[in-house]
Amino acid sequence: MVNRVVTGAHYGLGSWLAQRITAVVIVIYTLIVLVMFMTGRPLSYGVLKDLFTQGWMRVATLMFAIAVAWHAWVGVRDIVMDYARPESLRLSLHVLTILLLLGYIGWTVQILWR
Amino acid sequence: MSSAAAKKPRPKYLSLSALLFEIRLPVTAWASGLHRISGALLVLPFIAWLLYLLDTSLASEQGFRHVQEYLRMPVAKLGLVVFIWAFAHHFFAGIRFLLLDLNKGVDIHRARMSGYAVIVLGVLTTLLFAWRIW
Repeated sequence: MVNRVVTGAHYGLGSWLAQRITAVVIVIYTLIVLVMFMTGRPLSYGVLKDLFTQGWMRVATLMFAIAVAWHAWVGVRDIVMDYARPESLRLSLHVLTILLLLGYIGWTVQILWR
Repeated sequence: MSSAAAKKPRPKYLSLSALLFEIRLPVTAWASGLHRISGALLVLPFIAWLLYLLDTSLASEQGFRHVQEYLRMPVAKLGLVVFIWAFAHHFFAGIRFLLLDLNKGVDIHRARMSGYAVIVLGVLTTLLFAWRIW
């Protein structure tokens, strides 16, 4: 029986790839939003409200939020694996991180579909 | 074993001042370390703060004006500036890592140059933003 640690790194290739792909999604969304705000009308409540009531913007923003959460999960897990000892502390921090990131996604959904 | 190495007192205990002033990290390590620090800052507190700001400003016209007033406070502006630094550095250093993964700019000279470049770009973006909001 291989001595496996539940909070260990496993192979990591899938996570590594996911972090890169989500990074590209984040870059694309950021550039689109940046260009929209810089070329669009000056920011007001109406402009912001109109933007976020459009279906494509809601879906794009939700996809962005999921990409950020996934990306952050890999990154924070790397940090925790580097510094947090013993395993009980590491597992606790992993769980707290997942709860925090899921909370962010839930909050985003609430903001977008109010 | 050379005699110079043998004379050094071992083990060497690292004080905080040694960590800060004695050990000189290469610029690529700074780009990487700051990428990690900025990433951690973005996860907490900045995502939470930005979601709060978006939530409030989308909730009602009154909420939008409240956020506008709130962001005029110097402390809030400082928070925005730190956020922009964290995002900009993470953004540029992240693109550098993506290119390194594609075997672009891996030789030591170009890796050092790009390390400098992303740190400088992050700082320049931050200064430009700070100048715009003040």
